[in-house]
Amino acid sequence: MAVATFEIGFTRFLDRSGEAVQPLPAFASEAKALIPLYRSMTRLRMFDAKAVSLQRTGRLGTYAAALGEEAVTIGLASAMAPDDILVPAFRHQGAQLWRGVGLIDILAYWGGDERGSVAGPPEDFPVCVPIGTHFPHAVGAALAIKLRRQKRAVVCIGGDGSTSKGDVYEAMNMAGLWKVPLVFVISNNQWAISVPRQRQTAAATLAQKAIAAGIPGEQVDGNDVIAVRHAVDQALAAAREGLGPRLIEAVTYRLGDHTTSDDATRYRDDATVSSHWAEEPLVRLRRYLTAEGVWSKADEEAMQTALAAEIDKAVTDYLAMPPPSPQSMFDHLFATLPAELKAQRDALAEEEVLHA
Amino acid sequence: MPEVTLVGAVNLALARALEDDPTVLVLGEDVGVDGGVFRATDGLLQRFGSERVFDTPLAEAGIAGLAVGLAAQGFRPVAEIQFSGFIYPAIDQMASHAARLRNRTRGRLSCPMVLRAPNGGGIRAAEHHSESVEAFFVNIPGLRVVVPSSPTKAYGLLLAAIRDPDPVVFLEPPRLYRAVKEEVADDGRALPLDTSFVLRTGTDVTLVTWGAGVIETMAAADSLAADGVEAEVIDVACLKPLDMEPILASVERTGRCVIVHEAPLTGAPGAEIAARIAERGLMSLVAPLQRVTGYDTVMPLLRLEKQFIPSSRRVIDAAIRTLEYA
Repeated sequence: MAVATFEIGFTRFLDRSGEAVQPLPAFASEAKALIPLYRSMTRLRMFDAKAVSLQRTGRLGTYAAALGEEAVTIGLASAMAPDDILVPAFRHQGAQLWRGVGLIDILAYWGGDERGSVAGPPEDFPVCVPIGTHFPHAVGAALAIKLRRQKRAVVCIGGDGSTSKGDVYEAMNMAGLWKVPLVFVISNNQWAISVPRQRQTAAATLAQKAIAAGIPGEQVDGNDVIAVRHAVDQALAAAREGLGPRLIEAVTYRLGDHTTSDDATRYRDDATVSSHWAEEPLVRLRRYLTAEGVWSKADEEAMQTALAAEIDKAVTDYLAMPPPSPQSMFDHLFATLPAELKAQRDALAEEEVLHA
Repeated sequence: MPEVTLVGAVNLALARALEDDPTVLVLGEDVGVDGGVFRATDGLLQRFGSERVFDTPLAEAGIAGLAVGLAAQGFRPVAEIQFSGFIYPAIDQMASHAARLRNRTRGRLSCPMVLRAPNGGGIRAAEHHSESVEAFFVNIPGLRVVVPSSPTKAYGLLLAAIRDPDPVVFLEPPRLYRAVKEEVADDGRALPLDTSFVLRTGTDVTLVTWGAGVIETMAAADSLAADGVEAEVIDVACLKPLDMEPILASVERTGRCVIVHEAPLTGAPGAEIAARIAERGLMSLVAPLQRVTGYDTVMPLLRLEKQFIPSSRRVIDAAIRTLEYA
């Protein structure tokens, strides 16, 4: 006798060759409408490549590129309303960029300057570096929305590794219990640094972890931006209607190193990675747009030229940013600096003068 | 004026804050229908409703993290951790997020939350229910750590903590929850944070303590007075940031200092206070500074907890040791 059963669905609209495998959702009914998504994914990829090269030449700190996962963050962000709240981890600059954070801000943050976490939607959370500890914040923000009876929602994104954390389960459990307006997105890129998805958990899918918390969970092709956008659209609509949270596992693949500090050749061979290049999200959307007659080689070249110029300008501006004042490490610690910290700040200032 | 216990004063302050500010929320394990295992939240659910006062699932990291999210949205959550021995999973959220949110967003977001927990032993509780955890929090930049020592302090400092725009860890000594009653005017008046309070003036030796340590320390001061030694007693109600001025001023007059706390010796706030006296008041000292603290042992189960908690006898002996120097 079964007392509970569940099923995890999987959704894909475009296959790897860019062919539609089922009728596309309304937002994609005109192929032209998909161009902003394609452009943003390309922008993210080109920006990431530039950021990695800046790190390699000592002009940026550690950086986590989203190579291969562009459809996840662009798809989810494109489904969000401006007044929804994003709660991202550290590989989700794609969603931040879509929501108006500047290229220069991303560079500033990873270049070691807290001022990089100021711009963008004022209620969005800054990137979370400890794995999965931001999930409970998303529940708190969503509960705040629910208590105020607002028609808004929160989108929280983490990686496959995060689903092994207690914080993530604690958050899903609370979110399910209180039916808060919240969409969890798991970007399953198959690797938590060196540990592959199969050695992270015995669960057949990560989506089913939501089922235990009383939340619907589903899988989408995370390399199909239409599938990601559609699933998040639907989940956000349900959340705003008071139907509670959902979890979307976007199945994708990390084509690059974990971060610039990582060397993925230590734990996976090139052949495995190469096979996944056939699945990546940009090519399949470009093929679709080309087949639909809304994208040409000339369009591609013009876009890449424009993006390269935009990125170069951001890099120039970033490199010209004066460093924050040393005393600024005290300035935002508290609303009002406590007396004992004033003495430390003054000591630092004196040190700066002495050794100037 | 009503006479209330310390836990009663916590309840009064919570009710006052809920009444005065619609953004204040009270949450935690068993804080609703049950009114908290110590009854600190007794009656609040009935009075303010389940959207203001609510039980959470049994998840300490989740409770603290939930409060961070609510606070970032402009609510003022007061989250209860049931016993300090269960607070460790919440330290991650306090250190990694609550304490850093304002700084890492340059003030775009902030975290006006309070994390309340009982802290310390002496109530014959089970294992993991009697730990003194202030040292863990005191080393976290961006936090305030407050320990009330009486009903009056609990009321005024908890109101201040809730109204403060930054995160506060509020550690309540369960040994004092019902030990004494005081008249507390429920007038909504907060006491100042970042302040050490002089509880008793004296010229011969300075006794520095906080929380439940105030009981034994005041008793020691009474005994010493009977022998003609006038001890000054200072209650360091806010362990971070630390208000050293009354301590330094006192040591300058007395030249002798004993620091008393229940938390284990090594790396506890007593060490910080001693270091600051060494930095700024060393020449005032005429005798080596003494510390009377919990031992660097695991908090013993209830049959030995009295031997662990500093007694007034140990405080008196330490004070006499300082007086033996001319």
